[in-house]
Amino acid sequence: MELTILYYLIPSLFMFCCGVYGFVTRRNMIAMLISLELMLNSVDINFVVFNRFLFPGEMEGMFFSLFAIALAAAETALAIAIIINVFRVSENIDVRDVNKMKH
Amino acid sequence: MQPVIPIIILALPLAMFLFLGLCGHKLSHRMAGILGTAGMGVTMTLAYITAFTYFFSGSPEFIDADAHTRLQAVIFNYDWLAFTPQLVIRLGFLLDPISALLLVVITTISFMVHLYSNGYMRDHHGVWEKGFQRFYAFLSLFSFSMLGLVVATNIFQMYIFWELVGASSYLLIGFYYTKPSAVSASKKAFIVTRFADLGFLLGILVLSFYTGTFNFTDFTSTEVADGVYQISETTSAGIRDLIANSTVPMFMGASVLTWALVLIFIGGMGKSAMLPLHIWLPDAMEGPTPVSALIHAATMVVAGVYLVARLFPLYLMEPAALDIVVVVGALTALYAAMVACTQLDIKRVLAFSTISQIAFMMVSLGVTRPEFHHGVGYMAGMFHLFTHAMFKALLFLCAGALIHAIGSNNYTDMHGLRKYMPITHITFLIGCLAIAGIIPFAGFFSKDEILTATMGYSTVWYIWMSLVAGLTAFYMFRLYYLIFWWKEHKVHEGHPAPHDQPWTMTLPLVILAAISCVAGFVPMGNLVTWNGHEMFDNVNFFTNLSALNWQVAGMSLAIAIVGILVATVMYRKENRYPQMMKQALPRLWDWCFHRFYWDELYQFITHKIIFGCISKPIAWFDRNVVDGTMNAMAFVTQRLSFAIRGLQSGNVQFYVWMYLIGALLLGLITAICLI
Amino acid sequence: MESVGSIIVYAIITLTIIVCSVLAVTTRKILRAATYLLFALFATAALYFKLDYEFLGAVQIAVYAGGIVVLFVFSILLTSHPGQNSTPLVSRRRFMGLIAAVAMFGVAAWSLISRAELLTATASGDNPVMKEIGEALMGTDHGQYLLPFEAISVLLLACIIGGVVIARKR
Repeated sequence: MELTILYYLIPSLFMFCCGVYGFVTRRNMIAMLISLELMLNSVDINFVVFNRFLFPGEMEGMFFSLFAIALAAAETALAIAIIINVFRVSENIDVRDVNKMKH
Repeated sequence: MQPVIPIIILALPLAMFLFLGLCGHKLSHRMAGILGTAGMGVTMTLAYITAFTYFFSGSPEFIDADAHTRLQAVIFNYDWLAFTPQLVIRLGFLLDPISALLLVVITTISFMVHLYSNGYMRDHHGVWEKGFQRFYAFLSLFSFSMLGLVVATNIFQMYIFWELVGASSYLLIGFYYTKPSAVSASKKAFIVTRFADLGFLLGILVLSFYTGTFNFTDFTSTEVADGVYQISETTSAGIRDLIANSTVPMFMGASVLTWALVLIFIGGMGKSAMLPLHIWLPDAMEGPTPVSALIHAATMVVAGVYLVARLFPLYLMEPAALDIVVVVGALTALYAAMVACTQLDIKRVLAFSTISQIAFMMVSLGVTRPEFHHGVGYMAGMFHLFTHAMFKALLFLCAGALIHAIGSNNYTDMHGLRKYMPITHITFLIGCLAIAGIIPFAGFFSKDEILTATMGYSTVWYIWMSLVAGLTAFYMFRLYYLIFWWKEHKVHEGHPAPHDQPWTMTLPLVILAAISCVAGFVPMGNLVTWNGHEMFDNVNFFTNLSALNWQVAGMSLAIAIVGILVATVMYRKENRYPQMMKQALPRLWDWCFHRFYWDELYQFITHKIIFGCISKPIAWFDRNVVDGTMNAMAFVTQRLSFAIRGLQSGNVQFYVWMYLIGALLLGLITAICLI
Repeated sequence: MESVGSIIVYAIITLTIIVCSVLAVTTRKILRAATYLLFALFATAALYFKLDYEFLGAVQIAVYAGGIVVLFVFSILLTSHPGQNSTPLVSRRRFMGLIAAVAMFGVAAWSLISRAELLTATASGDNPVMKEIGEALMGTDHGQYLLPFEAISVLLLACIIGGVVIARKR
């Protein structure tokens, strides 16, 4: 049995769809953020897989993943800071309660 | 000649302008006046030194003693803007007969006006005019610009200073900027001359494009061999090609050179108030009277004449352009003289008289042919420029003294002033005699030379110009009698009787009157000729007198005397003749009084035709189509935003849904398309 | 031809990813969700190791598993009471989410499988050595990443400051 590129892309896609499901169903902002991490992670896998299978001699995909991980870390840190701030104000981290900033 | 003195001549008025303009308000009025006058006095002295060195030193730099020919000397010439090796704009100092002559004229008149303004710009109680320091700053700016114009070494430098004199004229006409009429007069002067300058600029571009040079010394090196005019070896290659090559580009039946010269002449027409661009000059009299004397009588308005004289060798190559100059000049001379006979405002009379006299100079240049009397017309035109500057400035300054004393511009408020203001009376009379052309006053000699030159050109124009000379004598003496005679002056209760003005104002009058008496004896034929060649072998005080052509001189003298006599009969005492004449020729009088309706014609063209037919549709298009498109876009955007703003619910998951559906649809479409 | 061991490792990794992902988004206890996420991230790191990207795998463990998940756990502990369950989902809502996920999966999988014959490449190439990675990060030539590296470092700095500013006690 040959493990072609498809064998790696399908689990990654599954992970992504789990992220989508979680993001649209969860109300808790931290849970939404966790779903977001799942999606980002599946994208990282895709980059690496494409690099390994389609452009073996180069490192672009790997570096994309590397920078994406750094970006994800930054984004998470900031998002959690915001969430904690929201929690301080409203004692609650339900995403339906944070629509007061639309005005 | 060392360039030190010429540089100071230009730099001193500029420095005075900057100093008075920037720090003037810190100085007292008297101090500013003294400073401005002293600066101009120094400039005048230096200009005299320069001119006398040029004319009389006999230095080989300035005169070829063997050939009795005066030379053009470039004292200095800096590269100012070097765009490319070919296209270099230089600022320099060119000394030749006409620029030396103009240096003397400008600085003399300017100094007189500076001195005179010390008295004129304050009222009877000694209160200084508001903005007195500003006035002196602008006078200095004007002097600087005018001096820079006449000594220009290239046509572009001339253009720069040409615009500068226009700007300073604008500033000085609008000096009383709280008066609406002064503001509109300054705008009118600026716009009309600017419009004409467009022609000048086009002419410069055409000329320099085909000749490849801006320099006057390249344009104007000419020589006469065997009595026939030729182009000399030093003339630029571009011009020689233009003349020699029969395949020069033609445009609408005229050669490029003709076009360039006519376009440049249009610029001169604007500045020198030739028909039909004369309309700004009468209105420019809204400025203070010393300004009228300096700018609108003696110096700036002759810039057009100077321009033609400066490029004269080029004009000689294209007699067609010179013929245009003659026709324009002759028509303007008669027109302005006729209008001057009917005006009430004494400054307007003098303004139209100025237009008429400048037209004389133009005609004089236009009729010049080297074959006839060594090109006497050129010399006569420059001679008339010189004498006219003196006596016209004198007349304007007298008018200023009268206006200052009476407080009105109209002669109807004056009448019979001869006993009250004797100095003004005598000097004004001398000015009138000079302009009328009575021997031995200045105007006689110069006008006589002009008529001689005109006779050599065409008998018809000779008769025409003689008629205008007679009219000149008539309207000047009409003015003289209406101011100083006619009937007894009524002194109003509570007003002091009019009297002569303080010495600062009378001294310039006396000096200018003295110059007007003797200026005619200057042997101009040996100083200023079109090719620098001296006309007379031996010169003494009576050279001009002995060189007279008595046939012409007697004729012009007779015409002038007839004009004066008619004026005497009609206006010396209060009588019914003027009224009778007005009723005999009502139509003519009406047209003259309304200046042949030129202003109304311009009003009609600009308002009805240009504004109504061109500007209004453009404005409509701009307002409705261009703006309308933008407004419609803004309107649609606004409406659309209102319609969809409900989607901005603040519910993050709703956004995600929208995004997801969009992404899915896109993915679906691409997937289907790529199968 | 893959070795059997390789296939077994692949199967374990894939199973872990699938199961942990599903559990991470379905469990009602938020702390458990974070834990399942941790396992999913570990599995991803294992995938990187399997594909011979050792540096990337190490970064994945250090940054994701070591940093981000710890952050999650802290914030969860700060914002919720232990043992508290999230409210059960409304079935309509769950159904809608399911439809979205399945549709997503369907569209993407369809477009992948429809091109399956193009995707027959097998894994090849070696693990990039550290020296190469370091030079690529610090160089400015073609295929080198100094500028993004610096940008990321500035971004991280901004994030630190921003996080501190936002979360500090007023």
